[in-house]
Amino acid sequence: MIEAINSAMDVALTQDPQVMVFGQDVGYFGGVFRATEGLQRRHGRDRVFDAPISEGGIVAVAVGMGAYGKRPVVEIQFADYIYPATDQLISEAARMRYRTAGEWWSPITVRSPYGGGIFGGQTHSQSPEGIFTHVAGLKTVIPSNPYDAKGLLVAAIEDDDPVLFFEPKRLYNGPFDGHHDRPVRNWSGHPDAQVPQGHYRVELGKARVMREGRDVTVLAYGTMVHVALAAAEETGIDAEILDLRTLIPLDLDAIVRSVKRTGRCVVVHEATRTCGFGAELSALVQEHCFFHLEAPVERVTGWDTPYPHAFEWDYFPGPARLAAALRKCVDT
Amino acid sequence: MHDTESGSQALRRNDPGLHIPEPAFRPGDQPDFSGISLPPAGAVARPSVDIDPSAIRELAFSLIRVLDEGGHARGEWDPQLPADVLIRGLRAMMLTRAYDQRMVRVQRQGKSSFYMKCTGEEAVAVAAALALRRDDMCFPTYRQQGLLLARDWPLIDMMNQVYSNSGDRLKGRQMPVFYSSREAGFFSISGNLGTQYSQAVGWAMASAADGGSRIAAAWIGDGATAEGDFHYALTFASVYQAPVVLNIVNNQWAISSFAGIAGGEQSTFASRGIGFGIPSLRVDGNDFLAVFAVTAWAAERARAGLGPTLIELFTYRADGHSTSDDPTRYRPTTEPSAWPLGDPIERLRDHLVTLGAWSIEQHSTLEQELAEAVRAAGKEAEALGTLKDGPRIPAASFFEQVYKDMPPHLVRQLRESGL
Ligand SMILES: Cc1ncc(C[n+]2csc(CCOP(=O)(O)OP(=O)(O)O)c2C)c(N)n1
Ligand SMILES: [Mg+2]
Repeated sequence: MIEAINSAMDVALTQDPQVMVFGQDVGYFGGVFRATEGLQRRHGRDRVFDAPISEGGIVAVAVGMGAYGKRPVVEIQFADYIYPATDQLISEAARMRYRTAGEWWSPITVRSPYGGGIFGGQTHSQSPEGIFTHVAGLKTVIPSNPYDAKGLLVAAIEDDDPVLFFEPKRLYNGPFDGHHDRPVRNWSGHPDAQVPQGHYRVELGKARVMREGRDVTVLAYGTMVHVALAAAEETGIDAEILDLRTLIPLDLDAIVRSVKRTGRCVVVHEATRTCGFGAELSALVQEHCFFHLEAPVERVTGWDTPYPHAFEWDYFPGPARLAAALRKCVDT
Repeated sequence: MHDTESGSQALRRNDPGLHIPEPAFRPGDQPDFSGISLPPAGAVARPSVDIDPSAIRELAFSLIRVLDEGGHARGEWDPQLPADVLIRGLRAMMLTRAYDQRMVRVQRQGKSSFYMKCTGEEAVAVAAALALRRDDMCFPTYRQQGLLLARDWPLIDMMNQVYSNSGDRLKGRQMPVFYSSREAGFFSISGNLGTQYSQAVGWAMASAADGGSRIAAAWIGDGATAEGDFHYALTFASVYQAPVVLNIVNNQWAISSFAGIAGGEQSTFASRGIGFGIPSLRVDGNDFLAVFAVTAWAAERARAGLGPTLIELFTYRADGHSTSDDPTRYRPTTEPSAWPLGDPIERLRDHLVTLGAWSIEQHSTLEQELAEAVRAAGKEAEALGTLKDGPRIPAASFFEQVYKDMPPHLVRQLRESGL
């Protein structure tokens, strides 16, 4: 998946001279996760470069470049380090178009690895998407596989609104279904790892049905898509699994269509539960599918604690927890 | 690498367009630091602590050095320490290095998830610890483990944290090396760079408000000076004349980014203090005596109610950023050995030998003794568990202390977790 993300930026840099890529360690080194490997060599030092350790500064100058007419793509090294940039994101980028009645806007993309599974402790594991989906004016995208990662990132870069592009770091080098005690797999041979070389887009705001099923709908994104697929297989429950891909704008039609058919819904994310994006999903399902529901909507999430280093696998909502929720939901 | 030729460097532009700083050497290059101007040891005068900061602005651009190439202490900044204090410092630096080596080895064996060494920078923390009072409060980064070791904090307690084992006082919640010890005056290390710097100023303001004599000291890396917190710290320290020693550890690198990416190409890091009216000193960070002397000077100022001091410790990160890093991808393999300011342990050793207070035999005996002490502590710690094999603190403990009292929603989640 990391190569797909790299390729998306490569394509964008090639096709649009206004694209600029920067962030901590992204230039000569190619990023601590290697997402920008080779891009500086190919596109030049003044289009792909290192930034000071100043997340607020990185997003601020991106907003300024956007006002000039550039299309900045910035990397925040870990989503856990995005908080110093929240003022620029929430008060500035998100509202630029609105407060100027369209005179200015912020066509910026903020890429950032998120999520656990690498023993990163509380400051290399967080899933802060819910903080940003709460803000009017920001789009939030989370891919779950290499094909989508490239197509969605190209679409995000080409989008004229500010987009947060959270990359599930545990999926960078292979699919991961939460079975941390099994051998690590890589992407080779995976159907969604066939990534075309050139330009293509996966439109923002479109969910994808990863598995069709009749018993229950699972709403997932990022790493949890793979956990959900494993849980469906291991329980034998005929779950319909939706990969939301974009949280804002959300593909409500796809959700409603599926839940009306199955009559049951489980929402899953790695982020903490209270006021997480699952709360919004659960409310929407209740508003739009109430008369079709045969069981309460279940939420499977990270616990409402910081991400504990040594207890990563007690925190991570793995296939066992999801399986239990699926059983509970279909047995109700 | 900053040096006094920054004026001419400022004129060099990428052609055409945006200026992107580049380090002098990349992999494959032959590093040559002969262009760095190093004033001889003893060349810089030591002002009295109550000097008007505007009279000593040049100290932010010079380099305070005490130990010369022959191992002699020179000039007014020589703190004239008795041999037993020097040996204490030497021992703590050597212990720090032995501890780092062992912890990297166990990380490679999968017994812990991560580790960060401070190789080549041992004097930064150890000399400061000896110059400060034991009850002064330290706000470190992850590279000042030497503070704990110089304050004789038990090795095994640090190892338990690195292993996240059943003896870990932080209950397996933090990544390795993010220690915390209230008893040792060592503030909890954050993963988020820079946050401790401004907090240290707050601690110092509180101490001043109480009329206390305790002061605070903080450390930040060259790279992290770009964070807002660095600027908050200088602003508040200046406005309230807080009793705080603000250290910038310029080890030339921030992961793969050289100091120029943090603004080090245009001026020294120490010079940032000038605009705030804060006395700002630049010191040879590999010179134990010089680091001790400037810290003592700054601490005396703070304790006398004369306000904050900014210190740039000019040093070099001799090893990788962390166990996740491979520095050969972005800098020449020979760069560490080409660094002109030498190794802090060897320099202090040579000084003690010159004084006649130490011998090469004593040195190697101590080296073995410390390696043995670290090995013994490691065995003891591993008996309490490792990340790989446990035992750990019971998992249910991670629901505790999110709040002082566990609120009902967490009580419900703890029950739901089955832990
Ligand atoms: C707010 C924040 N942004 C980014 C990071 C990732 N990061 C960890 S260490 C580091 C480099 C720090 O360099 P420097 O401040 O020079 O300290 P050194 O490692 O050299 O001691 C970076 C970018 C972080 N931990 N926190
Ligand atoms: Mg540094």
